Amino acid sequence: MKDGEAGVAPVQVRGPVLTVRRIDAYYALTMVAPPIATRFRPGQFIAVAVGGPETSMLLRRAFFVHDVRPDHGGTVEFVFTARGPGTRWLAARRGRDLLDAAGPLGRPFPVPRDPVSCLLIGVDYGSTPLFPLADRLRSRGCQVDFLLGGSSVDRVFGALRARRAGRSATITTTDGSLGVRGVVTDMLSQVIHEARTDAIYASAPMPVLREVTMLASRYEIPVQACVEETMACGTGTCMTCVLPVVGADGITRIVRSCTAGPVFRGDAVRWDDVGTIPFDALGAPGWKPPGQPQEAAPGGPPRRAAGERGHAR
Amino acid sequence: MPVDLRTRLGHVELPAPVLAASGCAGTGRELAQFIDIARIGAIITKSIMIEPRAGNPTPRVAETPSGMLSSVGMQGPGIDAFLQRDLPWLLSRGARAVVSIAGSSAAEYAELAARLSDAAGVTAIEINLSCQNAGSRGQVFAHHPDAAARVVDAVRRSTRYDIPVFAKLSPDVTDITSVARSCVAAGSDGLSMVSAVRGMVIDTETMRPSLAGITGELSGPAIRPVAVRCIWQVRQVLRDVPIIGMGGVRSGRDALELILAGASMIAVGTAVFHDPSACARVQRELEDELAQRGVERVADVIGLAHHPARPAASPLRRQA
Repeated sequence: MKDGEAGVAPVQVRGPVLTVRRIDAYYALTMVAPPIATRFRPGQFIAVAVGGPETSMLLRRAFFVHDVRPDHGGTVEFVFTARGPGTRWLAARRGRDLLDAAGPLGRPFPVPRDPVSCLLIGVDYGSTPLFPLADRLRSRGCQVDFLLGGSSVDRVFGALRARRAGRSATITTTDGSLGVRGVVTDMLSQVIHEARTDAIYASAPMPVLREVTMLASRYEIPVQACVEETMACGTGTCMTCVLPVVGADGITRIVRSCTAGPVFRGDAVRWDDVGTIPFDALGAPGWKPPGQPQEAAPGGPPRRAAGERGHAR
Repeated sequence: MPVDLRTRLGHVELPAPVLAASGCAGTGRELAQFIDIARIGAIITKSIMIEPRAGNPTPRVAETPSGMLSSVGMQGPGIDAFLQRDLPWLLSRGARAVVSIAGSSAAEYAELAARLSDAAGVTAIEINLSCQNAGSRGQVFAHHPDAAARVVDAVRRSTRYDIPVFAKLSPDVTDITSVARSCVAAGSDGLSMVSAVRGMVIDTETMRPSLAGITGELSGPAIRPVAVRCIWQVRQVLRDVPIIGMGGVRSGRDALELILAGASMIAVGTAVFHDPSACARVQRELEDELAQRGVERVADVIGLAHHPARPAASPLRRQA
């Protein structure tokens, strides 16, 4: 597949489960889904229906694709924690059970044209989309360094694979059970210096992505941030996974992370305003088309919106 | 033998009685990745307002038993972008567009209707009455027969004569038939029933409401019996008014249930989030359900549940 190809259409697949494996604190499920595997590009995700055809759980669960392999015509693997009824159901799947998955969804990681030095940052199982990305970057001659973190050794996903796949792999844990005691952002400056990083790819909780973007901007290093927002469908219809993103025209829009993302330019996301509708976002209460005078929102500002967090611009 | 699925939406004939419900089909582009949107009856668009709108803060969704609670807050591009970008795209794909409109005053609804009447290719207009009336301390139009009627009247007057207008009713009222009657008296050519039910979920971990919007709209199979009841009640008093039934339809069997209650067409909503090909699947399943029962035309079973039970095994099977 060519780069810059404007999104290959996703497909809905009912495919058999191949394996469900326990990996430390996580589960990895592999299913046969040839059309997804062939279309997939790193950073994309799949939306999986849980609970079977008569399920009372209507929302699809979105997972980053961790691995695609050519066996059985094409398999897809994703990683999750069994923390709710839906993911517990997934963890209880066995070989040959059928699974309904839609994908590949979302905007993949853009990859640099030149062989540059890339730093891949992942926290917990947020690191899963970084491994197919690392393969792709290396195939293009890029240097790949990893910076992975988690609360403890069993929460850092893919430390071994990162050591094998990367030129270097720095691990942090908050309890010090593996690597350096601390969080990934503690080590970021050091790793950037040592690896002479040109570009950063990060997949982590929002506060980490925010801090990575902030630190990277000091070194003028571009960040591609992969976000994880609550989704109901994953396919772009439900409008629930939104966050404020500044466009090339300087206008903030409330965009869907499933279709405009999950990968965003770090400096385009208004991290401080995630979860809110910033007062200057297109269509915010009181918003007027450019050129017309702004006026106060009728009925006062809504909850958690309109400058409550005082975003200075 | 194939079942005749043609149905009438006002005076417009649709090739099939299964529509995509408002707010669940996006602009149509998202669905078109998974199904042929020209094959289903029509796409009811996400409600269009005059200005672009950012909607509510997140979290906007919570899963509930056989349903979901959502509070998107009418996020949308505004009528200009819709007419420029979304409507032409739908028509270029051969889809029929029922355009849902929303506003905060009768005048806004009327302006939207006028703009849509000037555009070519609008199959019908659905009036989303579950909006707050700015002139009446934020009360919801659909909750008051008079307020609903004023909007319907304004829309009907500014809509081209050959575009049918459907008022969408809320089940959160004491007597849905009185709202239905006043909408029809004000010129509504048909009714859409039902919009989502107001609900609330509290996260017991954070001990706070799950949604940023505090309350939300409950939809999905959980509310299907409510939809069946509302359609039944309105059909009892307004026999000849076409109804687009929606509320928790997930299978062909569910679609048939709403049709038996009195709906001429049904729309698939929340099920689309669970299964992006739900509209096409429900349509296929409905055809199978009808064929299994020996029904030749879907029009023959509309409101059939209102007929007294007959001793004969099948009142429908025609003489061969």
